[in-house]
Amino acid sequence: MSSETQWPLWEVFTQEGDAAPHEHAGSVHAVDAEHAMQNARDVYARRGKVVSLWVVPTASITASSPGDAGPLFDPGSDKAYRHPQFYKSPRGVKIF
Amino acid sequence: MTVSTADDPIKLAEFEARLERGETIEPKDWMPEKYRKQLIRMMSQHAHSEIVGMLPEGNWITRAPSLRRKMVLLAKVQDEGGHGLYIYCGTETLGIDREELVEQLLTGKAKYSSIFNYPTLTWADIGVIGWLVDGAAIVNQTMLAKTSYGPYARAMIRICKEENFHKRQGYEICTVMAKGTPAQRAMVQDAVNRWWWPSLMMFGPSDGTSPNSAELLRWRVKRETNDALRQRFVNLTIPQAQAIGLTVPDPDLRYNAETENWEFGAIDWAEFQAVISGNGPCNRERMAARRKAHDDGAWVREAAEAHAAKQAARSREHAA
Repeated sequence: MSSETQWPLWEVFTQEGDAAPHEHAGSVHAVDAEHAMQNARDVYARRGKVVSLWVVPTASITASSPGDAGPLFDPGSDKAYRHPQFYKSPRGVKIF
Repeated sequence: MTVSTADDPIKLAEFEARLERGETIEPKDWMPEKYRKQLIRMMSQHAHSEIVGMLPEGNWITRAPSLRRKMVLLAKVQDEGGHGLYIYCGTETLGIDREELVEQLLTGKAKYSSIFNYPTLTWADIGVIGWLVDGAAIVNQTMLAKTSYGPYARAMIRICKEENFHKRQGYEICTVMAKGTPAQRAMVQDAVNRWWWPSLMMFGPSDGTSPNSAELLRWRVKRETNDALRQRFVNLTIPQAQAIGLTVPDPDLRYNAETENWEFGAIDWAEFQAVISGNGPCNRERMAARRKAHDDGAWVREAAEAHAAKQAARSREHAA
């Protein structure tokens, strides 16, 4: 056998309740997707709240790197006109 | 200051400035080698403690006094296994494989909490472990939920949520026994007498003599000192003991109205040193049990791999 305990790594995402987003919970080791799903259930869904699970091979995830954070996210932070506070409305008018 | 020569001083300054601003360090961020090493040491010790911690309690599952207590204890021991896995998963983000961490535990290279080297002699020990040992762990883990390393902090938040049940069920067992027959009262008091001092030792050496504390505090891995956490635990616990008519085995214990602290007597650090260096009452038994469990489980790991290989081959055949 190839390894003692080092089955491939899978990232686990849990949805805690209807309409909630799937959020990263942690990881498990497992031989295949079905096994990963079982382990994820046992490790990250022992309490009632979880209604849905995703398992993804860790190697399949492409992540941004901290060094790129500047150029990658800057365009999102320097455009004040993308926020409602940028706009003036007449005093006394209920906008929302 | 202990700085590895390999660390770029500019990067180190940036790193420390980030910590100063209260930022969280994530797996792909630059970090000093020593920070990584300290975290691997501390997190793996913590994970191993969760796993070895299943043994003293597992000892009582078959002898729990009622079905309710048995269900609760099974759930608690399963949680401890889960907690170990949360922290192993967090430790792996530092670039070390779980296999290597497990190997370090089984070969005795890595340590685990000294508390689990004490025996669980009676059912009352299960109550006292939940109340005192998990109670002490909660104080420590609540502090660690604010640690500077993101994956560790997130694992701690998850653990703290579950650990409160552990403490409550333990305190309930103690409460019931303390209100029980004279024999039950004596049994629970005896368990408190045996677990009190080892529980205080769980917070680690006193600040002046703790080999790693200064660095861990500077890098905000730890947010409070061992002594401060120990004092908080004592302050929380004494009123809980009084409420159910139990005492702790410390003739020097007294309340200081000025500082609002319960001052306690001297801890026997020689005993602590003996236990962490392998000479506690159950060190050998615990390690033997872990190794046996690991070896006896080998066929399961092999079978799972064989099954996955067969399934994969079958789906390739279907695709062809």
